[in-house]
Amino acid sequence: MPVSIRLPVIAADFRSGAIASWHKAVGDSVAKGEILFDIETDKAVVEVEADDSGVLGAILVPGGSEAVPVNAIVGYLLKQGETLADLPNAGAVSLQIPPGNQAPAGSPADSQPALPAQARDRTFASPLARRLAVQRGVELAGIRGSGPNGRILKADVEAVVGQAAKQAGSAATQPSVRSRRAGRDVPNSRMRKAIAARLTAAKRDIPHFYLTIDCELDALLDVRRQLNEHFASSGTKISVNDCVIKAAALALADVPAANASWSDDAIHQHGTVDISVAVATGGGLLTPIIRDADLKPLVEISREMKALAARAVAGKLKPDEFNGGGFSVSNLGMYGIKAFSAILNPPQSCILAVGAGEKRAVVRGDALAIATVMTCTLSVDHRSVDGAVGAQLLGAFKKYIENPALLLLGAA
Amino acid sequence: MTRTADTKAAQSADYAVLVIGSGPGGYVAAIRAAQLGLKTAVVESQELGGVCLNWGCIPTKTLLRSAEVYENFKHADEFGLAAGTVTFDIRKIVQRSRSVAAKLNAGVKHLLKKNKVLVLKGHAKLLGNGRIHIDQVDGGALEVVATNTILATGARARVVPGLEPDRLIWTYREAMTPSMLPASLLVVGAGAIGVEFASFFNSFGSAVTLIEMQSQILPAEDSEISEAACKAFVRQGIDVLTNTRVVSVERLPDHVVVMLDIAGRSEQRRFERVISAAGVVGNHENLGLENTAVLVDGAHVRVNEWCQTGEPGVYAIGDLAGAPCLAHKASHEGITCAEHIAGVPGIHPVDRSTIPGCTYSRPQIASVGLTEKEARDAGHEINIGRFPFQANGKAIALGETEGMVKVIYDRKSGELLGAHMLGAEVTELIQGFCIARTLETTEQELIHTIFPHPTLSEMMPEATLASLDRAIHI
Repeated sequence: MPVSIRLPVIAADFRSGAIASWHKAVGDSVAKGEILFDIETDKAVVEVEADDSGVLGAILVPGGSEAVPVNAIVGYLLKQGETLADLPNAGAVSLQIPPGNQAPAGSPADSQPALPAQARDRTFASPLARRLAVQRGVELAGIRGSGPNGRILKADVEAVVGQAAKQAGSAATQPSVRSRRAGRDVPNSRMRKAIAARLTAAKRDIPHFYLTIDCELDALLDVRRQLNEHFASSGTKISVNDCVIKAAALALADVPAANASWSDDAIHQHGTVDISVAVATGGGLLTPIIRDADLKPLVEISREMKALAARAVAGKLKPDEFNGGGFSVSNLGMYGIKAFSAILNPPQSCILAVGAGEKRAVVRGDALAIATVMTCTLSVDHRSVDGAVGAQLLGAFKKYIENPALLLLGAA
Repeated sequence: MTRTADTKAAQSADYAVLVIGSGPGGYVAAIRAAQLGLKTAVVESQELGGVCLNWGCIPTKTLLRSAEVYENFKHADEFGLAAGTVTFDIRKIVQRSRSVAAKLNAGVKHLLKKNKVLVLKGHAKLLGNGRIHIDQVDGGALEVVATNTILATGARARVVPGLEPDRLIWTYREAMTPSMLPASLLVVGAGAIGVEFASFFNSFGSAVTLIEMQSQILPAEDSEISEAACKAFVRQGIDVLTNTRVVSVERLPDHVVVMLDIAGRSEQRRFERVISAAGVVGNHENLGLENTAVLVDGAHVRVNEWCQTGEPGVYAIGDLAGAPCLAHKASHEGITCAEHIAGVPGIHPVDRSTIPGCTYSRPQIASVGLTEKEARDAGHEINIGRFPFQANGKAIALGETEGMVKVIYDRKSGELLGAHMLGAEVTELIQGFCIARTLETTEQELIHTIFPHPTLSEMMPEATLASLDRAIHI
């Protein structure tokens, strides 16, 4: 019997998702482990692999479909010699079957009457147009074909893709002769909508307060330089942000009351120190997690962060890489931002907004001196963390940043 | 319905479509326009059918067929036959070529008549605003008004300074009707025309030198195919010189002494005859274009994708509208143009990437789409497949084991970007790839198509399989 392809559970709280696009077209052979389709969640695009091998017999839920419930059958995989007529409820299933591929892998033509009426309502499209549509995640059904009898051609698919790219302001659009810039609407992606909803709720529902502290960086920069010289051959390059992650993690280990989440019934104190790190991507902000950051050596944090950031930008984060986390770090120092206040990332209680390290005049004793100073602002959920706890946390953070030997030592 | 030149052109048009020139572009456009119910006339000052039918495609293929039959006789022994001494008569060969042209010429006349297209024998000149003056062949003159005019006057051989045609120096026109077989022959220009004449005269025993300014013969073809073709011609005894140009020409009573620049080295050679095949130039002169907003770029009329010129209601098609100068391109533009005028819905401009090119030499060359270099330059990631004639059963049975089929696919989309072939009958095979391109099949559909065995066409799916490292027979 044909194997059902279902929308998998990709995270604990995952109830439904959007199928962004299919990597395979009906009629394509599929090997176990090959990518079948992409699910777009609020935070990332997740690739779904085939559990079995065979020929993709039908796509029930095409690319671009929103709110597909978990466990819904989204397609069928045919084993050798099988056809869609082998489905127990072949007549009842509403199939989205691109024509021309109706009888994959030697299925007899007389199996066609078993197909539901909708499947026989053919979309005329060239094979090249079909493949491009699958590759670019475009639905053929909605495209107006310019070929004979409305047959959809390559150019028609490309026009739709081009339009979408233009709407999305993609760099892929052709330089236009009419280069006067007109205002335009960029449709909200699922991720954008999720970010909007979460941030609005956070700012509306959480009583934020903000604590700001200056940290001198010169000692840390010196240690970092030594480390990077030492690791030069291995390609490891520790960034200030890696040190910030480590310092925040150690501070949280010192002040566990700040490593907490509010709920109406209880304040949950996290048992592990898991730091979410904000990464800007083309589609929006993602927060991959460095787990057990208090226990990991700085070098490991650095390597892990590099890999996570790359996967985040590529949209390839796995759900367990961005779901959870007890504390967030958001660093805009690389953009020259002096200081800023971040919006909390619920259910976390704290987020640290890190500014640029810059040379400033500081007072030592009664004299002016020059130091590299970084201003950090902690946003705190007052429901779960009080001002004194927040201040303790920031104080501990400053201690680790300004005494970098402690960073190397691990939890002091 | 026509009026003499002294009547005013203010009245309604005489013709919905007036086609100037009756070559493969013009007569096809006229027939299609008439089919669409447009009142259509064709103006022709010479023979119906144009260069293609009278002085190009058809008569040269007739000549090349004689060469092919002769070659087969020469190799009769290989096939277990003895033909004794086979001789030829060049005048009879030419005569056959002319009679074939005459037959088809009569065919065009019949087709135009059948479709109620009026043929005006004469020379047309645009006067602007849809008025056309016609100097008739029989001496009269008339002026007509046409809502739409299609310029389809074709092209003629480019005359290279120093190689002006005469008794010793031929263009394709003289080369097609030789009264003698030159003992030695220089062919200047190794495009399709030059290569075909080199092949023809070489078959009948002329000592042929083929020169080309560019670094490869058949410069428009894929360089791998061009190289293989070059090797085949050299094996047949043709002296092929690339990066070579004519520096000077001295005409003696029975010979031409030519100074060649062969890749920077000067060399003097003697030839009994010279064929100048250095391309064609559009016939845009004496058409009254100065009375219109039609723009001429070099030797060709500037048109948009619908073959419209700068003058409203005036179209230009075929060789006059620019490269590639091929009869089938002209015909297709003619049809598109007529349908555009009639407002047929859903039509598309001619897609240049689907125009095949054919050279009917021995071996033949045929191609469609992008060359390997063009595909790479366009940024495609490509899969290339090759299949040699040597591995094809039918080719071996025919005794035609020279050549190959080369296909280029876009790695990701599977689009057939180009197909390039060298060998027997590839000019007949190329249509399969043309259909594939037009239907936008991918490599998968070609692989899944059942080709009959044993045929040369089996090389097409095999080459496609080879592009995926899956060829069965090699």
